[in-house]
Amino acid sequence: MSSHAHAGGSTVHAPMAEPSGFIRKYIFSVDHKVIGIQYFLLALTAVVVGIVLSLLMRFHLVWPNAALPFVSGGQMSQEQYLALVTMHGTIMVFFVLTTAPQGGFGNYFLPIQIGAPDMAFPRLNMLSFWVTFLAFVCIIAAFAVPGGAPISGWTGYTPLSGLGEITGPGEGWGQTMWIVSISLFCLASLLGALNFIATTIDLRAPGMSLMRMPLTVWGWFVTAILGLLAFGVLLAGGILLLLDRSAGTSFFIPAGLVVNDQLQAHSGGSPLLWQHLFWFFGHPEVYIAILPGMGVASHVLSTFARKPVYGYRAMAYAICAIGFLGFMVWGHHMFVSGMSPYSGFAFSVLTMSIGVPSAIKTFNWLGTLWGGKIQFKTPMLFALGFVSLFVSGGLSGLFLAQPAVDNMLHATYYVVAHFHLVMGVAAIFGIFAATYFWFPKMFGRMMSEPLGKIHFWFTFVGAYCIFMPMHFIGIAGGIRRYADASAVGFLAHLQPVHEFMTIAAFITGAAQLFFLFNFFYSLKFGPKASKNPWNATTLEWDTDSPPPIDNFGGHYPSVYRGPYEFSVPGAVDDFIPQWLEPSQVARVK
Amino acid sequence: MPSTIVTEEMELLRVDKGPGGGGFSGGGGDSGDSGDSSGATRVPQRAYITGMFIALAGILMFFMAFVSAYIVRKDMPNSAWIPLPVPRILWLNTLILIASSFTLARAHSRFTAKDEDGFRHWWATTTVLGILFVAGQIIAWRQLAAQGIFLATNPSSSFFYVFTGAHGVHLLGGILALLYVQFRATRKVARGTAVEVVSMYWHFMDGLWLFLFLLLYLGR
Amino acid sequence: MRIRKRNSGSAATPALLSLILVVLVAITVYVFASNLPWAVRPAPITSVGAEIDHQYDLTLAVTGTVFILSQLGLAFAVFKFRDHGQKAHFTRGSNTLEAIWTTATIVLFLGLGLMGHKAWAEVRFTPAAPDAIQVEVTANQFVFNFRYPGPDGKFGRLDPKQISASTGNPLGIDANDASGKDDIVVPTLTVPVNHEINLLIRSQDVIHNFYVRELRIQQDAMPGMVIPLHFTANAIGQYEVVCTQLCGLGHSRMHSYLNVVSDADYDTFLKQQAAGQ
Repeated sequence: MSSHAHAGGSTVHAPMAEPSGFIRKYIFSVDHKVIGIQYFLLALTAVVVGIVLSLLMRFHLVWPNAALPFVSGGQMSQEQYLALVTMHGTIMVFFVLTTAPQGGFGNYFLPIQIGAPDMAFPRLNMLSFWVTFLAFVCIIAAFAVPGGAPISGWTGYTPLSGLGEITGPGEGWGQTMWIVSISLFCLASLLGALNFIATTIDLRAPGMSLMRMPLTVWGWFVTAILGLLAFGVLLAGGILLLLDRSAGTSFFIPAGLVVNDQLQAHSGGSPLLWQHLFWFFGHPEVYIAILPGMGVASHVLSTFARKPVYGYRAMAYAICAIGFLGFMVWGHHMFVSGMSPYSGFAFSVLTMSIGVPSAIKTFNWLGTLWGGKIQFKTPMLFALGFVSLFVSGGLSGLFLAQPAVDNMLHATYYVVAHFHLVMGVAAIFGIFAATYFWFPKMFGRMMSEPLGKIHFWFTFVGAYCIFMPMHFIGIAGGIRRYADASAVGFLAHLQPVHEFMTIAAFITGAAQLFFLFNFFYSLKFGPKASKNPWNATTLEWDTDSPPPIDNFGGHYPSVYRGPYEFSVPGAVDDFIPQWLEPSQVARVK
Repeated sequence: MPSTIVTEEMELLRVDKGPGGGGFSGGGGDSGDSGDSSGATRVPQRAYITGMFIALAGILMFFMAFVSAYIVRKDMPNSAWIPLPVPRILWLNTLILIASSFTLARAHSRFTAKDEDGFRHWWATTTVLGILFVAGQIIAWRQLAAQGIFLATNPSSSFFYVFTGAHGVHLLGGILALLYVQFRATRKVARGTAVEVVSMYWHFMDGLWLFLFLLLYLGR
Repeated sequence: MRIRKRNSGSAATPALLSLILVVLVAITVYVFASNLPWAVRPAPITSVGAEIDHQYDLTLAVTGTVFILSQLGLAFAVFKFRDHGQKAHFTRGSNTLEAIWTTATIVLFLGLGLMGHKAWAEVRFTPAAPDAIQVEVTANQFVFNFRYPGPDGKFGRLDPKQISASTGNPLGIDANDASGKDDIVVPTLTVPVNHEINLLIRSQDVIHNFYVRELRIQQDAMPGMVIPLHFTANAIGQYEVVCTQLCGLGHSRMHSYLNVVSDADYDTFLKQQAAGQ
């Protein structure tokens, strides 16, 4: 695409009028900024719930017989533990990792960073949020329905999830609510993806060619494409599962099953089919969870190292490659499932390949830092933490990608360590980096640096303390989703490690209070933020903090250069923003 | 298409290209927009076309999930697959749907020719044919039910109902869109754009039905 | 827009971050150097298990090196390039470097993957030898049952309608099938050492899994399918069998034993079982 500057600079239109009334302004708003904050707050609620669930899990693993007055029965039972496992995974993957980075920050900043006044379809955007909200209500409701929450894991494998209550507590109404919630989430995400893609393609400001888009935009854009192509498949699977459960069909349930001495009247479906449909969605889903974070990491690293992103083009292509390959590797979740071993080999080769663009990104992050002038503000700390955690978590993937080694490690804590490091910490660090970075723009106030730093140190060290030892437990044969290890001889000696991880988890969980306090306190009492407190280069820093209703107050920017022009030789300032006309750039004489 | 008679909206669709023509800073002022000058977001009409392409991609993946499930299930060893006798009326329904695409194309060209009456006539015909299709599908369902073939009867009947049901629901959405364009003036979306995107959707649903029908017929 | 000449900021934060990363690497290296992971992982009792361990070690060498270099590289960069008043070095990157490290990564990762292929192929692509001892493994909520074909060498037909744990027929062996009369059904798996065993793994209800750490292989028990898994154990002993696929509320209690015994003991076992019927 050509990148011609617009003669006479940006054009001016009459500023847009704000909607009136509390409801239209804050509840049923079509403003992408309000919707972004709504998604963010939803994710914040979900992550608090998710963390509480995980702390209960970790507590149970170490003190299984402790009296817990708030739990029915006074003590946590096996099925309650499994319900926690299921709900923790579901809530975190969907309502935190898919919601905050994309629905939250993507919604807020994609239009602004490309110079648009809003998303392409604002009312559709509002609908997406409220359907997501409804999905969240449904998943929380699963705790309250008869039988309680489902116990089949966030992966919902059939026949455990397909036969109803007879396979276990929570498999009745609870599992149904799970399917309904996920299906609603799929619909909302599809609509959201549509918006993101159309906006990125059609609403870019003059001069904003694809190769001048910030890497955050690349991240959101490719993530949306993944979502568009993946969520429909999960929705289809969910519908078929619902039919198996309530309409007597047998898509996923074979004939001749006997559960609790009762012969099930089903005819010849395939549990493997559910796994294929689920993981065809499920693998792109985890890239949906990490790609926005990668975009944020690149963006923040560059800004605070005062250097362009090293290898911008390679980074953009790597995001695309990860997205593309992400659709071809789903079978690596199924190496021991009974799927053809030849397919297993093919999936393995493709999975090892996806390590390549990920490695490229890591090298380029290091390259961005190299020779830089690094300022250690809180957003930067979390971006640096992201790089470290992504390396740690990504490398264990290389073990799991090989089916021979996976024979040993499948369904052990090694897998749990791997995905928590990449999703449960690295991706979360991406969200934290984004929050600390963009809080001034979103709310017009600065967050406290000291509190931010304390939050970072505790969380970074804490996360490693929780999840590194899990590799060890996995190698020793510690099996995941075990409510307790007492029945298995070889697990007994691992209890001290579990204790260590539990204590680390409680401390790290508690340390999040620093973040929550900082966030809400700064909303009201933080020092006022200027337009561009970080001296950053992308379009969102050209407008007020917070931005007016149409993002740019009636004037629409034009873009004259790439997004990471830091420390350009010959320029007086160590950054040249995208919106500055060439004639206005102060040059050294 | 007559070169001298071209709607404003069609002009826009051809002019809006590249980042410079992004819509709101293009020199065309309000003619580049939705006509809603009260300041709501100004979206280039092109975005609605892009949006429909994207929507169709998502919908396609949804149906492809069902299709791959069908193929897997059918070809399972010891599958106990009892082929479904495809109701004959489905042939008629298919012809009706194909006809509706032709009438829709006709309506589109009448619109381009600024022949409002012609447009409304052929557009309405399309809607009627669509409704007839859905009615025909319901009749097919009742014929199967009369033979004792329901959703859970056997795997091939399950897929039949899922395919036709999912497609039918989407087609109903298309019918609602057709009616909306017929009777209501759109605000943000220029009428030409609305005609364009609804047509895209309808033709896609037609093509999808042909594919599903072929699959069901060959798989019996 | 003038930038204030900013003061460089204290070195405490970058120093602390570098330190944490160095400590991370140090602890990780220490844990592996002190053989801890190998100490908790039991010795394999199959030759393919030894190959899997070898592949694991190879992968560890590669990933460990990358881990150490990346984390230390990050620690170094973070400290060396902290803002102490210098100018950043402007560069957009280097296509040459991109090509080099991309190629190196491709060769390394794909090479690693291809090298591991043999261990996988031995178990999964190659079927069991015709004279392998066949044992059927049936998993259900929440027990394992192991069935031997008995002296006639044939498994009796199974009929789900005849499943009745209470009358001693947990697998539903068809009473009308003569070849089922001598089938041996036991809750633990006994096999002779140095003989190839072919497990036929199936499930009665939901997905389960059969895993013995010392074998280094596991296989999901998929309802509707019978999945073969063959191995040859080379060390006498008792090993724990666990279920690794979430199967319901008794998942963590689903447990059995693999007994690898001498030929003589195996014959005794078979005779005892036959006599007991």
